[in-house]
Amino acid sequence: MSDAVLTPSALALPRPAAVLRRRPLRLRGGAAYALVGPAVVLMLLMLIGPLCGVIALSFTDYQLGAPSFAWIGLANYQDMFADKTFWISLTNTLTYVVVVVPGSVVLGLGVALLIQSGTGLRAFYRTVYFLPVMATLIAMAIVWEFMLHPQFGLVNGLLRSVGLPAHGWLQERDTALLSLCVIGVWQALGFNMVLFLAGLVSIPKALYDAAEIDGAGGAWSQFRLVTWPLLGPVTVFVVVITGIRSFQVFDTVHVLTKGGPSKATEVLIHTMYMEGFEFFRSGYAAALTVVFLVCVLALTLVKARLTARQVHYA
Amino acid sequence: MSRTIKLGAWPLLRHVVLLAGALVVLAPFIWMLSTASKPADEIYSSELHLIPHHFALWENLREAFAKADLWRYLLNGLIVTVSIFALQILIALPAAYALAKLRFLGRGPLFALVLFGILIPPQATAIPVFLLLHKLGALDSYAALVLPFTISVFGIFLMRQFFKTVPDDLIDAARMDGISEFGIVWRVMLPTAIPAVTAFGIFSVVAHWNDYFWPLIVLNSPQYYTPPLAVAHFRNAEAGTNYGPLMAAALVIIAPLVIAFLLAQRRFIEGITLTGLK
Amino acid sequence: MARIELSAIRKSFDTTDVLRGVDLTIEDGEFVSLVGPSGCGKSTLLRIIAGLEQQGSGEVRIGGEPVDGVRPSQRNLAMVFQSYALYPHLSVFDNIAVPLRMKRLTTLERLPLLGRLLPNRYRVEREIRQEVEHVAAQLELSAFLGRKPGQLSGGQRQRVAVGRAIVRRPVAFLFDEPLSNLDAKLRVHMRAEIAQLHRRLQATFIYVTHDQAEAMTMSGRIAVMIGGELVQVGRPAEVYDNPRDIRVAEFVGSPKINLLPGQIRSDGAVETLGQRIGVATKGIAQPCRVGVRPERIQVGSGPFVGHVVHVENMGAEAFVHLGVEGLATPLLARIGDVRELPMLGSALRFGFAPDAVRLFDAAGKRIEAHAAPAAVRTLEVASV
Repeated sequence: MSDAVLTPSALALPRPAAVLRRRPLRLRGGAAYALVGPAVVLMLLMLIGPLCGVIALSFTDYQLGAPSFAWIGLANYQDMFADKTFWISLTNTLTYVVVVVPGSVVLGLGVALLIQSGTGLRAFYRTVYFLPVMATLIAMAIVWEFMLHPQFGLVNGLLRSVGLPAHGWLQERDTALLSLCVIGVWQALGFNMVLFLAGLVSIPKALYDAAEIDGAGGAWSQFRLVTWPLLGPVTVFVVVITGIRSFQVFDTVHVLTKGGPSKATEVLIHTMYMEGFEFFRSGYAAALTVVFLVCVLALTLVKARLTARQVHYA
Repeated sequence: MSRTIKLGAWPLLRHVVLLAGALVVLAPFIWMLSTASKPADEIYSSELHLIPHHFALWENLREAFAKADLWRYLLNGLIVTVSIFALQILIALPAAYALAKLRFLGRGPLFALVLFGILIPPQATAIPVFLLLHKLGALDSYAALVLPFTISVFGIFLMRQFFKTVPDDLIDAARMDGISEFGIVWRVMLPTAIPAVTAFGIFSVVAHWNDYFWPLIVLNSPQYYTPPLAVAHFRNAEAGTNYGPLMAAALVIIAPLVIAFLLAQRRFIEGITLTGLK
Repeated sequence: MARIELSAIRKSFDTTDVLRGVDLTIEDGEFVSLVGPSGCGKSTLLRIIAGLEQQGSGEVRIGGEPVDGVRPSQRNLAMVFQSYALYPHLSVFDNIAVPLRMKRLTTLERLPLLGRLLPNRYRVEREIRQEVEHVAAQLELSAFLGRKPGQLSGGQRQRVAVGRAIVRRPVAFLFDEPLSNLDAKLRVHMRAEIAQLHRRLQATFIYVTHDQAEAMTMSGRIAVMIGGELVQVGRPAEVYDNPRDIRVAEFVGSPKINLLPGQIRSDGAVETLGQRIGVATKGIAQPCRVGVRPERIQVGSGPFVGHVVHVENMGAEAFVHLGVEGLATPLLARIGDVRELPMLGSALRFGFAPDAVRLFDAAGKRIEAHAAPAAVRTLEVASV
């Protein structure tokens, strides 16, 4: 196609070009569906379908193995809100989140700032603090259990050696949840530290120079003027992701306390697990799941809100 | 930075604080090693000591391997994590390529669905997926461990973001050379995406090696146990009476990932913090 | 306002010497450019003056006072950074106000909520507002005071950075390649603006750039730095016309000076390309390099012959690339009248006046030379 296109009417001109462009595109469209097909099918089967399923299930009295089920409307939710265990579980979960999030975020930031404030042994510290993130939590939970052992544990041994009273950390109502929180902070700290380190590295050095020239010489002024505001987006992110992970706390509870003593460490996912997979009350467990889901999505929404407000240039 | 101007005690103080923190963070690891190396009579003594008087690590390891088929569990862990990762790539890569580089009807909604899928925590879909596997009769098998995770919306998202940065010219050149769209995914895009695939692989393997919730739900038979389930089972069976072999077993379970991490720290930290994009 | 004196400044990072003993005095109100290829140490020198970097040895004096150990903020200098270094989370107003707030408010008064309650803060804030608005008006930024840096164009960001510098009325302004992030057109415009700013403020300006054109057009004096040393300091025209070192000759001026291989005979006469060029120098027989700027090459007549390999017509002027036997790279000649361009491939005669010649020895140092009138005449007669 060359001169032929340049014949009489100028109006005819766009048409051949458009036809030429459209054809390969449609071919590619076909290929595209083939490429995304498996992913779409699996997504519907393993993600979107089950998500709808869990919501639907929460309105039924379905029990695993039962031959039939009935729609019972909001009855599961009514039962749940009337159940003391649910409220204990929700309160414990929130307590866990409220302790672990600030604990691991503040410590993670502190460690990151300390590491970044000098040059010596940076890689060593980063590795050490990150180690708990890598180690299988279940295995480490069992190690913690032994460290917290009332008689032979390291913690009580150390306490006794300085003359303080020993505790049955995981066996006493007052300390069981707190002990799990400590393990939670221990595990999450390194992850947050690494995210903060990445945030700190991406702050342009010139800003610190400018702050220095502008009269913000001290470490605190520089932190207020440059570090903290520029870490803003990272901080929001770290807080939200730690929050979401804390809402999912299950491993340590299941292996160390089974929710006890007397429900002192009962948390949402553990309650859901017991109802759904020990007592096979699928409908009721689904209702618990929906509550859990709402909490997690609410956190995500908060994050979206906060990040949208921050307009920074690269 | 200008910190060089005021030196003094700061570097020393920094090391003191960081080392103290490091000691606390490492305490469980140190205690695990110490306990795994002690004979029973030293473990059950009220006197604290770090270095065992009688070094019993080998005895404890031997006992751990004798009481539980640890090799089997490690192998299970390997089979499950590798299958999951391979299938995730097989399914996510073509989808990611299509989402990044091809125009087709429904691309926008599909991508929105992927983004939405990232927000769904795995525990939320556990009950229906369990029921589905129950209906299929697939519970208590490798399939039950692998199948639900073959689709990684996060993987699709990650690869799609990476493919976005690959120049269109490269793809057009491949098309000019007569490579099909499928061929482009595996022969052009995959090689360019190796760093992203590696990072995602580390993320995926670590997550599923350490996963406890899902294996706990779908497994009954010890022959399919993954490492976390195995160590929890070991502990329950011993009922807290035999800490030496238990610590040795815990050591064996965390060893593969910890060693791999120590060998390739940068890559691991990159991979694990990928969730930073979520 | 202050005079800035640098004496014997040395600095090394690890094992590499970045500065090898720099001496320079910048008079009060002077506009001095530090210019040199990248990695020559000019930015490090500027950062040492600012106090952001500490010199290994040597002394910096500002207004007669040594400033060793004095924090950057207390040196009362202002600096404009290459990346502008604007605080991305602060509005234009707040960015410009930062140095004033830091100076006039206590840490307590700067606290976000509590600070508002303190009576002094209100009064100081009002003063600051006036001054910031005044500066913003001067820089035509009044309409943008509420915006964040991310919402501004490159040129506007540049002006905010300048605003933050002038609002504090410093004794001297330091510029670290402030125009290198702007596009070519805006760069020329901002050149003029900064020169005007200097005329208006009458303050000491120290301006670091790798762009010799910037240095030539804006400053009162330029200091050419190469390899951690100040090679030559002087007025732009003087440095251009009278380079003391072959590296200066090559660095200053665009397009580059032509360098021809030459030989000094024992009688002091100079030869290049097999011909005597009418220049004489006292001294011993040695190889040398003969430098001639493109605009001093006369095309059309002369003792040498070259082939036109390329012609660059810039519109107002043109440059002819001449391939000459015995030269590895083509010789450049400027042609003022673009209507008379030679044909590609044609042979062209050329020559240059003795006073256009700058001689350098093998080490690159300048050799003084003067015209040898008699020789020129014989040469020209011979070649006609």
